[in-house]
Amino acid sequence: MKAINLDYSAATPVDEAVLQEMLPYFTEHYGNPSSGHTLGEKPREALEEARSKVGRLIGAEEPGKNQIIFTASSSEANNLAVKGIIAAGKKKGNQIITSAIEHFSILNQLKGLEKEGYEIIRLPVDKYGLIAPGLLEEAISDQTILISIQAANPEIGTIQPIDELAALARKNEIPFHTDAAAAAGWIALDVDRMGVDMLSLAGDQFYGPKGSGALFVRRGVRLRPLIEGGIQEKGLRAGTENVPAIVGLGEAARLAYETLEERAEKVAYFRDQLKESLFNEIPHLHLNGHPEKRLPRNLNISVEFVEGEALLMRLNMAGIYVSSGSSCTSQALKSSHVLEAIGLPPELAQGSLLLAPDRENRIEDIPYITEQMAQVAGLLRNMSPLYHQYLKEEKKNANLQ
Amino acid sequence: MPTYSDKVMEHFTNPRNIGEVEDADGIGEVGNPVCGDMMKFTIKVKDDRIEDVKYFTFGCGAAIAVSSMVSEMARGKTLEEALKITNKQVAEELGGLPGNKMHCSNLGADALHKAIRDYMEKQGRESNE
Repeated sequence: MKAINLDYSAATPVDEAVLQEMLPYFTEHYGNPSSGHTLGEKPREALEEARSKVGRLIGAEEPGKNQIIFTASSSEANNLAVKGIIAAGKKKGNQIITSAIEHFSILNQLKGLEKEGYEIIRLPVDKYGLIAPGLLEEAISDQTILISIQAANPEIGTIQPIDELAALARKNEIPFHTDAAAAAGWIALDVDRMGVDMLSLAGDQFYGPKGSGALFVRRGVRLRPLIEGGIQEKGLRAGTENVPAIVGLGEAARLAYETLEERAEKVAYFRDQLKESLFNEIPHLHLNGHPEKRLPRNLNISVEFVEGEALLMRLNMAGIYVSSGSSCTSQALKSSHVLEAIGLPPELAQGSLLLAPDRENRIEDIPYITEQMAQVAGLLRNMSPLYHQYLKEEKKNANLQ
Repeated sequence: MPTYSDKVMEHFTNPRNIGEVEDADGIGEVGNPVCGDMMKFTIKVKDDRIEDVKYFTFGCGAAIAVSSMVSEMARGKTLEEALKITNKQVAEELGGLPGNKMHCSNLGADALHKAIRDYMEKQGRESNE
């Protein structure tokens, strides 16, 4: 039985080298980094080494100038960024600007803040998922206390012009946060060049362990911790550090930095070959997201006339693992807010598939994937009322001509 | 992907009675693409019995399995009997459906009843339901 994973944005395997780096910190170097004696030394050093490795990935190496706060996920980093800056209350105002296509770890906390009386502006995106800087400029007011816009979208892969957006924030002295969970390790990031004040990332997106994340915080940006207690992570995240996970995140960041160009190119090549093959062999496919400004490992397509969960299940039977933005595949039974925001009609949103390849994927598998996809699409279309309606209309049009 | 019963998976993998009955006596459509599930049932009626029943379904695994099961349950039944098939019974016959699928995808009996009422209206009869 084949097993072809095209859902690597859900999880990447931990790199063997990363695992080897982590292992001693479970047993041999199990000490608490806060300990004053010898056992604390090695873990303490490991934390700082990991911090500098993560810093290098995002162009924030200079110690002292910037902070990297380790968290358990990018969701936590996003929460620390938004809630932390509001609680610190340095800048007065009640307006927060974001986009309509953020991750739920941004959107849901903003929904909560909206109930508390904050004004939330969710910038619309164009059909490719891009935010127009002009719209941000119009939205900024003297009440704006934070702007949070993702570096790239995890679902449709669209890469935002963060440098242009952040420049507007800086001009108006508003802190700018970017959720780079989908982007980190896959496109070159540099906090100074981008001009961002905070940046979130997660290790499990680039061969690090689950439960590892980080928030970059530029010096001068004041936050209040979500978790209060000891003074770990400069007082911004209490609790004994998860040293093995942090070491894993650091090593994954080092490898991601060193292999980025070659790996991104390889994965993008597979993605492009797969896309070409699918679009050549299967009629009525739609590409979601931007044709060029997209993450290397992202291909999002809609298979017209059919529903995503049924596609996912059928492909699963063929040993091909994908995900979908259909309402049936979400626990909340709502179709993807991202696909809605780019103006995709509901029937196309229901038939959406996210194909997220990786360096593990092999070009030789593309014919099998294409063949299975064509078969599954054909089978489900054959039982779809929308497809038969389309065929009837086609016939009618042909007769009229 | 939710965890489906073996029976649901079996019907999803091998759905019965797909298609459209020729010169249908009754047509019943439910759902829309916004909610994610659509079913179109067509029936052929002879001597007050459902002689043939077919469907087209756009939807998730549950919706497809439900359509297939309803078609099996309805075939050969009198109209009166078929009108008594409930969505709950369909779910039971399928060995249960995940909680969040009970409402949105479990529309098969509704679509079947619509097709039967459509037939009855065409015949100038009132259905009892």
